[in-house]
Amino acid sequence: MLYREAGDFKTTYGADNQTFPIKLDRWAYFALMAFLVLVVPFVITDYWANAVVLPFLIYAIAAIGLNILTGYCGQVSLGTGGFMAVGAYSCYKFMTGFDIYLPNGDEWVRYALPQFNIFFSVLMGGFTTALVGLIFGLPSLRIKGFYLAVATLAAQFFLVWLFNKWEWSYNYSASGQINAPTRELLGFEISGPSATPAATYLFCLFFVFSLAWLARNLTRGANGRKWMAIRDMDIAAEIIGVNPLRTKLSAFAISSFYIGISGALFFSVYLGAVEVGEVFGIQKSFIVLFMIILGGLGSILGSFIGAAFLVLIPVLLKNVMVAGLGWPTDIAAHLEFVIVGFLIMLFLIVEPHGLAQLWRITKEKLRLWPFPH
Amino acid sequence: MKLTKLAIAVAAAIATATPALADLVFPSLSYRTGPYGANGIPFADGYADYFTLVNERDGGIGGVMAKVIECETGYNTEKGVECYEATKGEGALVYQPLSTGITYQLIPKATADGIPVHSMGYGRTSAKNGKIFSNIFNYPANYWDGASVAINHLLDVNGGSLAGKKIALVYHNSAYGKEPIRTLEELSKKHGYELSLLAVDHPGQEQKSQWLQIRRERPDHVLMWGWGVMNQVAIQEATNINYPMENFIGIWWSGSENDVIPAGEGANGYKALNLHAVGADFPVFGDIQKYVVDTGKAAGAGDQIGNVLYNRGLYAAMLAVEAAKTAQEIHGVAEITSAQMRDGMEALVMDAAKMESLGMGGFGPEFAVSCENHGGNGLGTVTQWDAAAEKWSQITDYIESDAEVLNALIMEDSAAFAAENNIEERCN
Repeated sequence: MLYREAGDFKTTYGADNQTFPIKLDRWAYFALMAFLVLVVPFVITDYWANAVVLPFLIYAIAAIGLNILTGYCGQVSLGTGGFMAVGAYSCYKFMTGFDIYLPNGDEWVRYALPQFNIFFSVLMGGFTTALVGLIFGLPSLRIKGFYLAVATLAAQFFLVWLFNKWEWSYNYSASGQINAPTRELLGFEISGPSATPAATYLFCLFFVFSLAWLARNLTRGANGRKWMAIRDMDIAAEIIGVNPLRTKLSAFAISSFYIGISGALFFSVYLGAVEVGEVFGIQKSFIVLFMIILGGLGSILGSFIGAAFLVLIPVLLKNVMVAGLGWPTDIAAHLEFVIVGFLIMLFLIVEPHGLAQLWRITKEKLRLWPFPH
Repeated sequence: MKLTKLAIAVAAAIATATPALADLVFPSLSYRTGPYGANGIPFADGYADYFTLVNERDGGIGGVMAKVIECETGYNTEKGVECYEATKGEGALVYQPLSTGITYQLIPKATADGIPVHSMGYGRTSAKNGKIFSNIFNYPANYWDGASVAINHLLDVNGGSLAGKKIALVYHNSAYGKEPIRTLEELSKKHGYELSLLAVDHPGQEQKSQWLQIRRERPDHVLMWGWGVMNQVAIQEATNINYPMENFIGIWWSGSENDVIPAGEGANGYKALNLHAVGADFPVFGDIQKYVVDTGKAAGAGDQIGNVLYNRGLYAAMLAVEAAKTAQEIHGVAEITSAQMRDGMEALVMDAAKMESLGMGGFGPEFAVSCENHGGNGLGTVTQWDAAAEKWSQITDYIESDAEVLNALIMEDSAAFAAENNIEERCN
């Protein structure tokens, strides 16, 4: 009944292969996009932007990135927090004028690039992280599974240590914190304290939309097929002509690019001030990994659902328990852990392939309803 | 269906949370959970109890009731953002973020929103320069004062000279722990001691190698910038290597009962700096017993009264209330706004007579805030732990920090911030 395919004829290969082959889905998607772009920016408040929407959008980018590596290419990574830190710190360096010091006689002379526009700073954050990801991806050619997870864990700890230690990376500030100065794009403030929620929201939405669109198309093209071949059985993939070096490293680079962008946005647009150990610690790696496991490995939609689940549910619970029911904050915080933990277990027991799979099954049922076989 | 119901519940929750505008709102970004919960609880209790006391005993501040909105951050920056955004619309007068990360985050945001931030004994040290940081206050003392006070105390102990002495700094490897390094380096140039730095990574459970190094190098004194479990472990490790406890000095965040009790007898003689007095020997505690505890209105479990961090919460709340009173006097209105609160903080004068009248004579140092100086006079005291009696006692007067060295550093750091953010100097 719902989701009727009858009468929806496809006459080209393109139409057959589109992301939303069912008309209802397609229209729902267009309506959602129109709503996000035409309605939300006019009604969004500081609270909704900073506490709910921005973290969701930014985590969604990180989750898509990790999903490319872990979900599509099968390489487990625990280095997400560290890679996000690379994105944040390189974005900061490019925002404030990337500098190098060269010796000139006895003196060290500072040469600096001009300050980058916020858009390009974020992009550079992504590219730098892609480069770093490429380097840390090299061990994946020799080791697999848990051993690779441990190798990426080393990346996590190394990178956090590096940004704590390396004074150049935080422009020699006394405390080692980095602060995002006010930066504009097309006359609208994007970073800094007086940026409007609509501007920051649209800026993040643009990145989420284009990156998700790119990821969707990458994963169903030749690249994605190679990644999945490696994931499913690397020896067989090699035999049919998939180059494991290029495939694994491209997954690492592209995944890191995504994660770097999310780290850059996390720092510049969302938090505004970052200390690496606290914000990009090992918990970040785990939470993004939980997002994709819960949402669904190897699914773009799953990345969104997982991010929504782990970002929105705690805020929702807090609001219901503290503001709604007036409970003490500490009891609410503890209960929040219990409830979120319970929900994670529940969903993983009900559907081990993640919430995206649950949605897929629901859709299948809706197609046949009310006349199942 | 379920989702829409939940969404409605949330929308209702947010809608019902809109404020009764008649109150003076003091948000408390507390952490009763998470890795630093043991330290966050007494502070939050003290903060809430003082406002309850003011409401019960004095009928509010200048006749207007104070309302504390507590929001749990778990010492997590992201939750801190959520708390800030959730409470700022309720007429919040002043924020006390109680975390270095959240403070740094709020410095530009709160300034843009016109809400003052009081980071008492933490946060960004150069915020002392009110010419640059219009809305940020860190009176009565900051970390650099702390470092300098510790060195001045060591000068006293060593007969006025530290030349050739070895001092080690054990610090939490984060923005917070790194704060004193520059100051200690500058002071070492002045006093001729040798400084060695030992970083401890979060959370600080594992410090064997650092203390082995201390055992090998035998520094004459050890300073510590620690927080949470790191303090307990460090003090335990110091007793394990038989380091003389009276030569071991912690910053004010490393000097609560939680930190020394686990080490038992061994912690006897351990010193820590403080911003305010310790113990419950003040008339105000009688009032708290009478108006807050006996009426069953104590915050939390009510078992923290008189602890070091409880006193700190109490002291922070007292300073906030006095600033609010000052603001009411300046502007002649009882229901002040956050901008007026800022003016009150900037004109705050804490003298002995005022503290005496509050039943807190000698509880904190005397200081006055001005447009240029948001950090007070940089006075700190040294306290020492008596393991047998299980109590801290104040062993020095309020010691002044080395303003000459510190002011230069503060000017440098605040100028860098001003240049980065295009801020013009005020107060001229």
